[in-house]
Amino acid sequence: MKIVVTVKLVPDTNADKRIDPATKRLVRTGVETVLNPFDEYAIEAALQLKEKLGGDTTVTIFSMAPETGKEIVRKALAMGADDAAMLSDAGLEGSDVWGTAYAMAQALKKVGFDLIVCGTQSTDAITGELPGALAEYLGVPGLTYLRKVDVDGTTVRGERETDNGYQKVVAELPALVSVTKSINEPRYPSLKGIMGAKKKTITTLSLAELALDRPVGSDGAKTEVLDLAAAPVRGKGRMVNASDGADGARIIVEFLREKKLL
Amino acid sequence: MGAYQAPLRDMLFNIRELVDFESVVSLPGFEEAAEYLEPVLEQAAEFAADVLDPLNHSGDREGAHFDHGTVSTPKGFKAAFKQFADGGWIGLPMPTEYGGQNLPQIIATAALEMWQASNMAFSNGPLLNQGAIEAILLCGTSEQKQRFIPRLIAGEWTGTMDLTEPQAGSDLAQVRTKAVPTGDHFLLTGQKIFITYGEHDYVDNIVHLVLARTPNAPEGVKGISLFIVPKRTLNPDGSLGELNDVRCAGIEHKLGIHASPTCTMNYGEAGGAVGYLVGEENEGLKYMFIMMNAARFSVGVQGYSLADRAFQAALAYARERVQSKDVAAKEWTPVRIIEHPDVRRMLMDCKAHVEAMRSLAFYTAAQLDHAHHNPDPAAKAEAQSGVELFTPIVKAWSTEISTQLVSEALQCFGGMGYIEETGVAQYYRDVRIAQIYEGTTGIQANDLLGRKFLRDQGKTAMRVMGEMQSTLAALNAWESDELKAIGTEFAKALRALTDASQWLGAEGLRVLANSGNLKSMFAGAVPYLLLWGYTAGGWMMAKAAVIAAGKAGEPFYDAKLKTARYYAAHALPKAVAYAEEVMGGGQSTLAVSEDEFDLDRRALALV
Repeated sequence: MKIVVTVKLVPDTNADKRIDPATKRLVRTGVETVLNPFDEYAIEAALQLKEKLGGDTTVTIFSMAPETGKEIVRKALAMGADDAAMLSDAGLEGSDVWGTAYAMAQALKKVGFDLIVCGTQSTDAITGELPGALAEYLGVPGLTYLRKVDVDGTTVRGERETDNGYQKVVAELPALVSVTKSINEPRYPSLKGIMGAKKKTITTLSLAELALDRPVGSDGAKTEVLDLAAAPVRGKGRMVNASDGADGARIIVEFLREKKLL
Repeated sequence: MGAYQAPLRDMLFNIRELVDFESVVSLPGFEEAAEYLEPVLEQAAEFAADVLDPLNHSGDREGAHFDHGTVSTPKGFKAAFKQFADGGWIGLPMPTEYGGQNLPQIIATAALEMWQASNMAFSNGPLLNQGAIEAILLCGTSEQKQRFIPRLIAGEWTGTMDLTEPQAGSDLAQVRTKAVPTGDHFLLTGQKIFITYGEHDYVDNIVHLVLARTPNAPEGVKGISLFIVPKRTLNPDGSLGELNDVRCAGIEHKLGIHASPTCTMNYGEAGGAVGYLVGEENEGLKYMFIMMNAARFSVGVQGYSLADRAFQAALAYARERVQSKDVAAKEWTPVRIIEHPDVRRMLMDCKAHVEAMRSLAFYTAAQLDHAHHNPDPAAKAEAQSGVELFTPIVKAWSTEISTQLVSEALQCFGGMGYIEETGVAQYYRDVRIAQIYEGTTGIQANDLLGRKFLRDQGKTAMRVMGEMQSTLAALNAWESDELKAIGTEFAKALRALTDASQWLGAEGLRVLANSGNLKSMFAGAVPYLLLWGYTAGGWMMAKAAVIAAGKAGEPFYDAKLKTARYYAAHALPKAVAYAEEVMGGGQSTLAVSEDEFDLDRRALALV
């Protein structure tokens, strides 16, 4: 069985992010790039499936990213995946979620898969829409927000998190799943894994190798960012003078009632 | 306190630019090491910051606990050890045939620094474990190697080094633990103290490497043998058997490293602990010394790692804490304390010395790689002599200076530094042991002066001073005021080292002719070691300055050059003072009689 994990390279989650007012896009230069933290759960889920299924099960990392991101893809390989494929092409710059999903779907068809595992979202754009869009373009069932996943023969089943519980879901392979942070605790790459990753193959695909019947990149974007505004600055806190502890407690309780928090 | 951030940039500078990394990765077996360098260091840094650092303060507060022969480590330590072992970190410098990754010492040294800086009490376990592995690798039989090493490298078992006894501390000639041959093994009885991780809850088996005497062994150091004594004996098929006659009788209450259990181990209370001889009988001390040299080097690294960690904390605090006006400002506007000249001085002391110590350790690690792997016998021997000269210097100079630096880092916090919750107080308590264990500063200095200088007739020392002279020439070849200023101070220190060495050599000859004073020479042993340390640190900073001058305009190198300039102005003058102390101070150290020490405390009528 071939499991493919999609990963995204994002600006360091701890770094201050800046948006270029001219392009209205996130500035990605001058900031350290890291593996999207949500995707580490997807890699771990795939590796656990591989360990359970054994046999000829393989895990491939897939990323749509500039070739400069190769070393970060290697980090995903160091966790234990077998190989990787990247879709790298300057023509993809400015793709919105639909263009991204479409281009990725065409590339993934070429790479081949039985099961695709995605993280729920990326820490930069945070739309959370890609897994669904990707399943749609691939024409396979999409089981999203899974907190548990298992494969049995040609069937994938899992528990899908909802606001007030979970749903038991099932689909026939090939299929796509996205997993949440509650599914596992991602492993740290081992020394052996890090050294082994240096020898693993990373294939690169360009747009020319794909059969595209619509434009991608900024030309193909169906959505457009019209305006940007900074988040409102938090107001100043209110200082109160209490005569003693009991008075202080009374003032706090009143305040909480007023805000309907009590 | 903020999370630990490993100094990866400076480590890479040292490895890729300061030491001759090209020659290390051209040694047999290391051909691919260069391409693993960055990813391995990055992952080690992440592991240190995410797994080890968060357990450091809680581990100190909770400490290890003893209960009826068992020892429990603080919350999270067992799981962290499992992650450390599963990550394969124990095997980083170990041979591939036993499950290691065979990476050079120079990379292992960088990883070691990160483990120590983020959690010294945790990292003492792997440090001693490595000593045990190396001892078996070095002199064990092939059966012993097959039985123990793969499991020690995988972290299924851990190892210890059991040397000290109540009456045998620095003087191992006094070891009394007995080993009596019985069939294919020995039965050991005796007591060992100060055994790091002698007992714990990480794994099922602990492999003790124990120094003991066989029945007819000669007196003194020539009658000591080395034994493997596992906590659980092994069945013929290698599986775990019965509990051996080894018991932990208690753990110490210490100034620092509270999470690292320091155990008293009793052997043979029920008749005798099963032990297996390692190598030749009566050769134990020789084996232990080879291993101990590695541990001494590691403790030196431990010293500056803690200084770097405390410095990182102090820098963050100094950037935030607002107190008092800028001394040069007219207005009374409080400023961040990093703007005060004296706080700058303390931070620069930390930065400059840590960088010098790191470079000296990495330089020595590269020599170690050549000493182990260079196929050319002459080059191998030369590297080995360098390692022997610098091991006591890295151990004692780094730990002496680092205790002072952690104290200065703590000072940056003012009163808050003395409060445990701030966190820096722990580093101050933890770092202090590094000057003591694996041979005190005094023992290192005697080793340097006696074995590494006098017995060697100054040959290695002269060769190294010649290399220092070449660096000085390279420095002076630059038309740069900065480099010339560094060169001036370095020249003075090198002169001082040469003078003191020549004086000691001449005094040594006078001793042989019965006209010198050996005791007053050794009274100057520690100053002589510190003189070496400051000068060698200056040599490293001079090398760094020459590289940095060639890359002026790049921020990292500009800062490096300024740091080297600070070291030259503030640290190198100390070398001159220590040389004076070596050459002129010995007599006065010994002049006061034992009685005169406390005459002032006698009843007035008796004086």
